[in-house]
Amino acid sequence: MWAHSRGGLELLFGSVKCHEVDLDSNEITVEKLLVWIRENLLKERQEMFLKGKSVRPGVLVLINDYDWELMGHLEAPIKDKDSVVFISTLHGG
Amino acid sequence: MLEQKLADRDRVPVRSAAAEDLRSAYTTHGLNSYQVCRYSRQLLVPAFGIAGQEKLLSSSILVIGCGGLGSSAALYLAAAGVGVLGLVDRDTVELNNLHRQIIHSEEAIGTSKVRSAATSCRRINSSLSILEFPNGFSADNALEIVRKFDVVVDATDNLPSRYLISDACVVARKPLVSGAALGLDGQLTVYNHKNGPCYRCLFPVPPPQSACQRCSDSGVLGVVPGIIGSLEALEAIKLASGTGEPLSSRMLIFDASLGRFQNIKLRAKNPSCVACGDNPEITEANFHNMNYEAFTGVAMTDEVIRKQVVSLSNSLSCLELRKRIEEKVPHVLLDVRDEHQYAISALPQSTNIPLSQLQKNSQELRDIILDDEKMPVFVICRRGNSSQEAVELLRNSGVNALDVTGGLEAWSREVDSKFPLY
Repeated sequence: MWAHSRGGLELLFGSVKCHEVDLDSNEITVEKLLVWIRENLLKERQEMFLKGKSVRPGVLVLINDYDWELMGHLEAPIKDKDSVVFISTLHGG
Repeated sequence: MLEQKLADRDRVPVRSAAAEDLRSAYTTHGLNSYQVCRYSRQLLVPAFGIAGQEKLLSSSILVIGCGGLGSSAALYLAAAGVGVLGLVDRDTVELNNLHRQIIHSEEAIGTSKVRSAATSCRRINSSLSILEFPNGFSADNALEIVRKFDVVVDATDNLPSRYLISDACVVARKPLVSGAALGLDGQLTVYNHKNGPCYRCLFPVPPPQSACQRCSDSGVLGVVPGIIGSLEALEAIKLASGTGEPLSSRMLIFDASLGRFQNIKLRAKNPSCVACGDNPEITEANFHNMNYEAFTGVAMTDEVIRKQVVSLSNSLSCLELRKRIEEKVPHVLLDVRDEHQYAISALPQSTNIPLSQLQKNSQELRDIILDDEKMPVFVICRRGNSSQEAVELLRNSGVNALDVTGGLEAWSREVDSKFPLY
């Protein structure tokens, strides 16, 4: 699967916007993906990305271009070849 | 022919008695011959046509914020022939606005943004009716202003205003076109329309203060808000004229660096939303008491407040710094801004190590900076906030670090006005 970060969040991942993630099992949940990202990709300032088991306020999670609220939130299933985007809301103008 | 059309121009609000008089025997709609000619190229778009133009001419659209987003939004709305255009902003035009705020010109520097924007819009379309709100938008005046309009465009640049505007639109039952831009990224959506979400449905809890980046800190490529503002005008025109499908329950995400637009499907409105849910907590009765700056922990202005964290005995003023440089007192001058900011302008003889690098490895860097532990390290940044963080960090690892109070902005004020400020 592919994990993308947008809206400034990529800065937390060494300015890399797109990460390929090999899943050990056929299907995992977003909750487990967040744990994996915390342990493997996120090197600094975790509080800018995570809060508790979830993402911090102001971050939208998109699974194949769908808001994760429509897909089951933390329980949303992710399969191989899925695309997950983490996007920080912008306020500038 | 043209003279007659120009003479007709000012007299003809659509559907007024005067318009009836001037109505041609050749038409069955409310546009006179000047308006038919003026808007002909969009009358020719089948999905818009006469019916769309008539609706637009009798509609009113409020643009909140006359900056990067509001510039292109207001100009396109003026050109397209909106009936009444409302403009809100309490700021004045500054030199560093002009690269993106294309509605303002060099002559407008120092004058009201609303006045400057209104002048530009009238220059494009003198038949436009414009309502100017130069005192800004707050919980005190929000409902009163929003109620005068059919559609609201959020073209602001800060978090508390976004909550305030969304709540006001929910209470006043107005659709809200919301755009944002920063760096090379843009976002656009329509809130509070039919079964779509409001801003609070998506973001019930505000993000931490540290996640709220501003154009004045993070920068923005001028054309990016220009594109998003143009798209805001488009969505507002669609809503006002009943054309196409508004971007409700969807969000358009623009990545300028990759040249890519992504159109994502958003959740529906949340029945338990405190603003637009079934039992709202935010109502007309308590709206005036809302404090959006306290709720978000962010100020509505672009002003940066400097907080004194480091003790004064571990600080020195820019004048004192100049004295020590002139007297050749041995020291290290450490500039902790990011490299791309250091490249814009910096004090001679300064060493650049960004705060983020210091945070990663202050011990090792201490060795690089210093042979002598007692050597004073004068730490400077843009405004004097990051430098204080760096001083705390360095002092904790035994470095004799001192903060240059107020940073390079203070240097420019107190020592040398020729320092290139940004």
